[in-house]
Amino acid sequence: MAVLRVKFTKTKRDKLAQVLWILNWISVVTGAILFSLGLFLKVEINKRGELMAERDIQYVPNMLIAVGLIACAINFLGGKICYDCVDTTKFLRWKLIMLPYIICTFFFTFCVLVGALMCYSMHGELEESLNLGLTEAMRFYKDTDTPGRCFLKRTVDLLQIHFQCCGNNGYRDWFQIQWISNRYLDMSQKEVVDRLRSNVEGKYLMDGVPFSCCNTNSPRPCIQQQITNNSAHFSYEHQTEELNLWMKGCRQALLEYYIHMMQSIGLAVLITWLFELSVLTGVRYLQTSLENVLRQGDPNSESDGWLLENSFMETARINLNIIKSLGKNNQIDTSNNGDPNINVPSTSKAHYGPDNVPPKQITEDI
Amino acid sequence: MVVMKMKFPFQKRVKLAQGLWLLSWCATVAGATTFTLGCVLKTELRRRAEVMDNADVHIVPNTLMIVGLASLGINYFASKICQDALDAGRFPRWKNFLKPYFAASCFFTVLMLLAVIMSYAMKGSLESSLKIGLRNGIRFYKDTDTPGRCFQKQNIDRLQMEFQCCGNNDFRDWFEVQWISNRYLDFSSKEVKDRIKSNVDGRYLLDGVPFSCCNPSSPRPCIQYQLTNNSAHYNYDYQTEELNIYLRGCREALVNYYMGLMNTIGAGVLSIFILQGSVLVSLRFLQTAMEAVAGKENTEIETEGYLLEKSVKDTVMEYLNPVLKFLLLTNQVEEGATTSGATPAAT
Repeated sequence: MAVLRVKFTKTKRDKLAQVLWILNWISVVTGAILFSLGLFLKVEINKRGELMAERDIQYVPNMLIAVGLIACAINFLGGKICYDCVDTTKFLRWKLIMLPYIICTFFFTFCVLVGALMCYSMHGELEESLNLGLTEAMRFYKDTDTPGRCFLKRTVDLLQIHFQCCGNNGYRDWFQIQWISNRYLDMSQKEVVDRLRSNVEGKYLMDGVPFSCCNTNSPRPCIQQQITNNSAHFSYEHQTEELNLWMKGCRQALLEYYIHMMQSIGLAVLITWLFELSVLTGVRYLQTSLENVLRQGDPNSESDGWLLENSFMETARINLNIIKSLGKNNQIDTSNNGDPNINVPSTSKAHYGPDNVPPKQITEDI
Repeated sequence: MVVMKMKFPFQKRVKLAQGLWLLSWCATVAGATTFTLGCVLKTELRRRAEVMDNADVHIVPNTLMIVGLASLGINYFASKICQDALDAGRFPRWKNFLKPYFAASCFFTVLMLLAVIMSYAMKGSLESSLKIGLRNGIRFYKDTDTPGRCFQKQNIDRLQMEFQCCGNNDFRDWFEVQWISNRYLDFSSKEVKDRIKSNVDGRYLLDGVPFSCCNPSSPRPCIQYQLTNNSAHYNYDYQTEELNIYLRGCREALVNYYMGLMNTIGAGVLSIFILQGSVLVSLRFLQTAMEAVAGKENTEIETEGYLLEKSVKDTVMEYLNPVLKFLLLTNQVEEGATTSGATPAAT
């Protein structure tokens, strides 16, 4: 009982081969698109590499790049095969390769699906990586004289300006770290010394934020210092003021940015997967119908095409048996020759005379 | 006196027609490119329209767009003409069309060159427009509650951050303007009252700049207020400090940006102009060479092609005469009427 049997006339076979040729070339283009999407994602992640702690998130763009390249190669080969399938004589060249090709492509489509699902599953690791990375970056904001960290201030400032965010979770993160370097603090002033003494670690903490947290939509000039002190500024109330600074945290802002990007890419990969699957189905029908034509002998006759020759269970059983018997090649078959009770006729050429002849009587004459 | 006579054997004519067909399709693409470049320039100018006082400089992208569209038409017809050129039966139907076609094509090609020249010449107009626009922007920075001006603060802040500039000529422009609104000034405070009394117009002036002037590349946290007071900040010298705020003026930054854009576009349009000119010259040679073949039995003879039948001056007069005659004719009718009206009065 074949699975999804379809009858194919000669013209229908030729049309199928031509359509598949075009579809394979379109698949090469989609493979190239996948490759470029993977490359784009890799570049975007590396751009903000300083703000991400060491986490294994590079596997997603690497997977997409690999899948894209392999898709290009497989579909290029598929295009060549389908182009030759219009002519039955040329099909003989590819006859032996087609079944392995179809099996490989089937497993490859699984990889494409895995790639698409990976895009949606990166959420948790990315969030953790950003959380740690941003905390570190804010801690080293003031270290503009330490080699290796001297550009973190600029990176964080530009990030906050571009993504319209402030701090890790919110602007209050800046209250808990010292973001003004000791080089610019006048240690002779009483106020500075008081602040340094007021906490255990001797850090200069203040309720102020860097200028990059300022919201451009605010109707009044930006209030950066003494944010929680209502009396320090005219007509200012800290709790209700929303437009003064950016309210969103940078971790959330970056996460939203990357999630949105990866959802779009994931969608594109899913569509590519469906397309590949349909091309593969077409190639399978073409292969089976051409093989049946060769079996019947007449290249112009009708033939059947199917997905599987027998039902699923039968095919699975047959394949399992084949795999089992692959392991038995080296064993010797001793079922007959080893049993001494079976009469195996002699096959030697020497003639020792007839059997069952009584021995000659020797008379003694002395 | 024929201008630029050239001999054209049959094979050369065929090659000319084929080459011209290819060239005219390239020129069509180039015309579409010109149109796109005009659109890009117009979009970029409109994005910063709030800091420009007048829209005089928009004549450059408008001209580019018109020329781009016209060259699409010109090159389309050029390709059709050269396709028919080698066919002796179909070529004569273009006969009446070609004279006005060449006149219009020359006009638009010259207009293309004019657009390139204008893009360099409009620098002064752009600069003065930006000067006035930025001055108004800085003046109305504080008026976030006045309808029509409430977005000036946002625009100026975003402009200064994007173009990495501060003020009109430089950051000192902010010292001369009250950029903090009275709504946020505590008039009961002595310091505020002193400042307002200290100048004639009663404005609250201070030696500070908005936060958008701050340079993220500075190693120290941004110093916005009391910029000229060295003792107000630890380890700070106003004269030698270069990285604290942006030192460049926004007018200079914007002019450089737009001139850079227009120079790039001008270079591209200049090469498109040369391409278009070569298309027209080749078409003219093909036309004159094929006209000499017309009526003859053997179409494969050698003919001569030229650019202009008469000298340049005569050709120009030939084209302008109908226009002048039309203008002068209206005057002659009026003169005749006045003379006939005067004579009865004399008698």
